[in-house]
Amino acid sequence: MRPTRALGAAFLAALALLVAACGGGGGDPLASQPQPPAAGDTLRIGSANFTENRLLAEIYATALSIRGVKVERQFGIGSRETYFPGLRDGSIDLVPEYTGNLLQYLDGQATATAPADVYAQVQQKLPPSLKVLQASPAEDKDAVVVTRAFATQNNITSLDQLGPLCGTVVFGGPPEFQTRPYGIPGIERSYGCTFKEFRSLDAGGPLTVAALRDGSVQAADLFTTDPSIPNNDFVILADPKSNFAAQQVVPLVNASKLGNPAVTDVLNLISQKMDTATLTDLNKRLDAPDKPDPAQVARDWLSSAGIG
Amino acid sequence: MLSSLVAWFSAPAQWSASTGIPARLLQHLGYTALAVLVGAVIAVPLGLYIGHTGRGRLLVVGLANGLRALPELGVLVLFVLLIGLGLTPVVLALMLLAIPPLLAGTYSGISGVDPAAVDAARGIGMTESQILFQVELPNALPLMVAGLRTAVLQVVATATIAAFVSLGGLGRYIVDGQAQRDFTQMAGGAILVALLAIVLEVALQGLQRAVTPGTRRQEPARTDTVTAGG
Amino acid sequence: MRLFGEDVLPLAAEHIVLALVPVLLGLVISLPLGWWAWRSRGARRILLPLTGVLYTIPSLALFVVMPILLGTRILDPVNVAVALTVYAVALLVRSVVDGLDEVPSEVMTAGVAMGYRPLGLLVGVQLPLAVPVLVAGMRVATVSSFSLVAVGAIIGQGALGALFTQGFERFYTAQIVFGLLAIVILALLFDALWVLVGRLLAPWNRRVARPTSSVEV
Repeated sequence: MRPTRALGAAFLAALALLVAACGGGGGDPLASQPQPPAAGDTLRIGSANFTENRLLAEIYATALSIRGVKVERQFGIGSRETYFPGLRDGSIDLVPEYTGNLLQYLDGQATATAPADVYAQVQQKLPPSLKVLQASPAEDKDAVVVTRAFATQNNITSLDQLGPLCGTVVFGGPPEFQTRPYGIPGIERSYGCTFKEFRSLDAGGPLTVAALRDGSVQAADLFTTDPSIPNNDFVILADPKSNFAAQQVVPLVNASKLGNPAVTDVLNLISQKMDTATLTDLNKRLDAPDKPDPAQVARDWLSSAGIG
Repeated sequence: MLSSLVAWFSAPAQWSASTGIPARLLQHLGYTALAVLVGAVIAVPLGLYIGHTGRGRLLVVGLANGLRALPELGVLVLFVLLIGLGLTPVVLALMLLAIPPLLAGTYSGISGVDPAAVDAARGIGMTESQILFQVELPNALPLMVAGLRTAVLQVVATATIAAFVSLGGLGRYIVDGQAQRDFTQMAGGAILVALLAIVLEVALQGLQRAVTPGTRRQEPARTDTVTAGG
Repeated sequence: MRLFGEDVLPLAAEHIVLALVPVLLGLVISLPLGWWAWRSRGARRILLPLTGVLYTIPSLALFVVMPILLGTRILDPVNVAVALTVYAVALLVRSVVDGLDEVPSEVMTAGVAMGYRPLGLLVGVQLPLAVPVLVAGMRVATVSSFSLVAVGAIIGQGALGALFTQGFERFYTAQIVFGLLAIVILALLFDALWVLVGRLLAPWNRRVARPTSSVEV
């Protein structure tokens, strides 16, 4: 056999392996998997791949362990598309969530935007194995953000004013923003806005900030509690058609782990004490040049809130 | 899965749009070529010098080993924080991968040339640079191309990380597919990377055979396959 | 270093385990595979190119596909370990073949004449003589394994790689540099350990083959 043919054969074998790996049925291969409850009393706490979510997870973890709950930290798993299946298969038991985006993940057609409606719908749409506890008044929304210069130049403050310009605008956001209902499809539907190009960046992280600053993108998806918005004098475009639903911080937890009332109590207490200003402030502290220890920031807030 | 893969590959948008497969392939090749080129500009002269003079042999070993141990992900995010978004941090990070095999290939090619031939060249009055370029270099070519082959394969397999810092290339399908939990897109991307690697491997094997004189044509030499993945 | 979640020391321990176990498993798997490829030309023609192709699969893709292949949970460390084993096998099968190729046929003939049976010949003569080449392969596999573990941080599994993702998210350059140094030092430490093992197993060969300067022709 010539090397070329051997390579071809090897490639086919590898391809067959890959296809076999990806399962026969199509759709989400996890759907067919059993959902074994996680063993033991340990509560596994997960988080998404951005600082604020990690901090909320750390606050949950610290507070729970103060109350004697055994916890394990499993942070930085990725987007909701990746950690939610982890909740379902028992890899993790608890994750700090945001009501609006969670709802749209559960139901792409969901239209609720007011906080109470969104929360009620989330409760309805969750699989029975998962529960949301009390929602916090703290809110962190996705927002379309532009530079001050761009806003002034084009005289825009709101998304419906952006509409006519969209054809010239390169938009940046995390890869998942391209497919999420409130992401590119939602902006298109609500504001008739089809961007010139979408650029995959990160979830409100350094890539997005850098790309907006250096002009690689003219508009981007950032989070409303992100200190880099005021730091860079970015402008949040108003969302009069409520493309972005209410986004209250809420603990999403494996129902089988709620046997211990301390879990519910302490998580609800955190939700009650947390608000949007606090969240923004905590994010700011974490990004400050002295780069404080996240665990210390979590502990400090818990003790100032009288929880820990 | 197979049918969704076929659908993924055959969607017309995949073959025309600025984000389609041909565009991504070209970007991927572009990053690879740039990184290997920049790596060669550094590694080949260095390898020629060390191979010819025998000085700094320890440097080759140490440098190559140290570079190989560098985690690409860390190097890349560090460069992006220091330099900013764009092509430069990505090319620099990938270049670090290309240097060890290019350096090792060049160095071993030159230092492996029969000392009798070099002595003979010196005896007939060739200058050191004539010896290097007319005697040692032609004899070292097969091993140098072997180094190039390893470098290209590693860089092409690792260039997927460009997508992690918002650039294009075939890694886009992997990074986006991961974030969107779209297995078809990920598998499609992985297949394209493997295909591209195979095409390049076959082409470079051909090149290697072309520069290898008669007797050794059967089994092309290769530097040890080293770290890919990214 | 101030990290979310875990301290650096447990992460370093996790990193070592996640990097080393696959290399050792990879060796165990590669020995019979490599021996088979060495024995049979047909096997060699399929196995060697196949390992080459396996090596080009992007690690992130492999990590994500693993739970489906293995039926494990999404965040099971086994996923990363098995994926890295694939890469280790991809590297080591070739080393085993090359190592066995190195054994001169006269030595083999002498071994047979002394009454070695095939298995005895393999264990008593061929493998010891292949040690320098095997060690060179183990060194490359180990060093690259330490580097690849970090990629797992993208899916929350990367041990010390978390220093990179978290450092990046917080614009924390020092944390990234610390992570780079930590991983390189750990990798080179175990690299040196293999050199030592090579010297112990093959004391007659002072010059254990160096992965960087050995270009097999």
